Amino acid sequence: MHANPEAIMAHEVQHDGHHVHHQSFITKYIFSQDHKTIGKQFLITGMIWAIIGGLFSVLFRLQLGFPGESFPILETVFGKTWAPGGTIKPEFYYALITMHGTILVFFVLTAGLSGTFANLLIPLQIGARDMASPFLNMLSYWFFFLASVVMMSSLFIQTGPAAGGWTVYPPLSALHDASIGSELGMDLWIVSIALFVVSTLMGGLNYISTVLNMRTKGMSMTRLPLTVWAVFFTAMIGVLSFPVLLSGLILLFFDRNLGTSFYLSDIVVNGQIMPNEGGSAILFQHLFWFLGHPEVYIVILPTMGIVSEVISVNSRKPIFGYMAMIGSLFAITTLSFLVWAHHMFVTGMNPLLGSFFVLLTLLIAVPSAIKTFNWLTTLWRGNIRFTPAMLFAIGFVSLFISGGLTGIYVGNSTLDIQLHDTMFVIAHFHLVMGVAAFFGMFSGIYHWFPKMFGRYLNPTLGYIHFWVTLVGAYLIFWPMHYEGLAGMPRRYLDKSPWVSFNQFGELDRMISIVAIIVFAMQLMFVFNFIYSIFKGRKVTTQNPWKANTLEWTTPIRPGHGNWPGEIPEVHRWAYDYSKDGRDFIPQTEPVGANEKIEH
Amino acid sequence: MDIVSTQQRKKIHPHKFTLWVAIASMIMMFAGMTSAYVVKSNQAGWQEVVVPKIFWGSTVAIVASSLTIQMALRSFKQRAMSPYRLLLAITLILGILFIVFQWMGFFQLWEQQKVTLRGSGAGQFLYIIFGLHALHVLGGVIALLVMLMKAFFGKTKQYTAVPVELITTYWHFVDALWIYLMLFFLWVG
Repeated sequence: MHANPEAIMAHEVQHDGHHVHHQSFITKYIFSQDHKTIGKQFLITGMIWAIIGGLFSVLFRLQLGFPGESFPILETVFGKTWAPGGTIKPEFYYALITMHGTILVFFVLTAGLSGTFANLLIPLQIGARDMASPFLNMLSYWFFFLASVVMMSSLFIQTGPAAGGWTVYPPLSALHDASIGSELGMDLWIVSIALFVVSTLMGGLNYISTVLNMRTKGMSMTRLPLTVWAVFFTAMIGVLSFPVLLSGLILLFFDRNLGTSFYLSDIVVNGQIMPNEGGSAILFQHLFWFLGHPEVYIVILPTMGIVSEVISVNSRKPIFGYMAMIGSLFAITTLSFLVWAHHMFVTGMNPLLGSFFVLLTLLIAVPSAIKTFNWLTTLWRGNIRFTPAMLFAIGFVSLFISGGLTGIYVGNSTLDIQLHDTMFVIAHFHLVMGVAAFFGMFSGIYHWFPKMFGRYLNPTLGYIHFWVTLVGAYLIFWPMHYEGLAGMPRRYLDKSPWVSFNQFGELDRMISIVAIIVFAMQLMFVFNFIYSIFKGRKVTTQNPWKANTLEWTTPIRPGHGNWPGEIPEVHRWAYDYSKDGRDFIPQTEPVGANEKIEH
Repeated sequence: MDIVSTQQRKKIHPHKFTLWVAIASMIMMFAGMTSAYVVKSNQAGWQEVVVPKIFWGSTVAIVASSLTIQMALRSFKQRAMSPYRLLLAITLILGILFIVFQWMGFFQLWEQQKVTLRGSGAGQFLYIIFGLHALHVLGGVIALLVMLMKAFFGKTKQYTAVPVELITTYWHFVDALWIYLMLFFLWVG
């Protein structure tokens, strides 16, 4: 460590905000320790994964919407092994749904989301030069990259990737011979997720320490923007729940490769009795869901922070109930560790134990409702600017309500007997944590793109992107509630043999067509993203959204170290909008003699 | 480039704080493992195991090493570099000794009690849990080795006590974790 880093910073950064020390292409863009570059690396890697994961959903929707029909292009692309005659083989279908879940939950909505916005926003919004440990931060990305390489490689091996569902329940995941998707692809899945956990922990440790220890003068915890609070709590959940998944995966690895029987007992494969005895498959479910449920909050919490910030800025109003927002984030964080067994109501659980988990699960509705109420009341009578970011934020609130309400249904152990493993569950979680989280992420990208690249995303394409995605998302997932209520199971390759599900044939066809359109719309967003990095309208003012937070006090394209001179001092909270006859008052502005301040 | 700002430091150094959060994370992993043990031990087909006596030797080694590293830290703060180097070296040797004892314990379990990896009783859990702990100690041993190399061959003088404090905290953690695990296997197991 250098003896006096402040002096080094002052030496290295000129007053125009650019570095004078020479950086090679490799240290600037590849092995960078600048939190902003690392954030962009997470974002771009996450976007590549999102395209792959989204494409997989289009492929399996082809099967679900048009079961048994031939699409010759599939054979051309995937070969006779996986799509003979242009139809998707069952093994391929299961690989697709498994990888869709794995990619979207872990690689896109965990790493791509937290990795991007925690990295970009924490130092910029708390007033720090960089993370507590920029080196660890860089390692965090490169472990994610390694995890990505391993997972990606599993797509190209002869036996294909893991295919036992993203939850990798044993015995399918624990026995090499159980199915083709239980072979090498499953080992690579475990290795990849283990690397992923290491990456998440390194990132999380850094985020927490940075928020608690590196805030600029005057930036008390109750002056932090809600984005920072949200990624802070997200990191807390991550560092406390991912290690438990790692425990579960270590035991799984031993079961698969070294002959132990932690999860296996009394199993017959292809008429052959396996030697394993004494294991419990339910044990894995406990270890998995101890991460798995907090994981959905890891996905949604950062977007709650983004949405709070974007709604307040674009309503030109202080966020309603700031302390209640923090309190509800804390409540969700705490409760997230106490509800995991609601995924296991039908595993033969003691009904009394089940009822405790029902109660704790339903309790989450309280902080969630507080947040929703506060977003709506922030919007209420606001001077609303309908930027693409704002539209996506409002869309988030809509989707969060629609998907959240059905959480009350599936969180109830008696109703869950009917709804478990049906399309109803697919509808519920895709709306509340899948599409909603994507909307929050899009909102953040549209809002902070000018800070990331010094240019704007094209707003017209943004509006088209928003409306088609919003309408499309509802058209895709709303009808699935009806399918699920009728008992249609999820994960099945082909539901057409059941007469009772024939009534949904046309509906499934419509869902698949809309899914293709929505996917195409995301490709348009990717085009907008890449085009705007190079050719987008240039940002000409330091604070284009007229926001209060510190990131807009940096130069338009800040160098490593963020502020060319001293780090600004903070005198007020982040939400002084439409106050005392003024549109906005930045956090850096000293408090007037007779002014009353919130925090 | 190291960008930890002296001006921004509050009560605790960010790296120290990071270590504490990492420790919380590691605790969760071992809590997950020992919880799995408890759940599993209540099910049919559970097989007990006698914890080999050599693990008491491990316990003595790691507790002693905790004392020596604490003394090393004190010496460093007093700028008494010779005792610092000596105590650090003793800690390193004790750390290696701990891992050797662990290995011997595994060997005894395998050879004398014939506990293999077949099954899912206390023995299999012991291999994995103690093995994971030994890996954490190994990580500490590597860090100690690096520090020792710096202490003996480093060209620039090191004044800040932060790295020594970090490794000391970590070493106490793996020591405390071992005591917890040993007690767990003796009482719960």
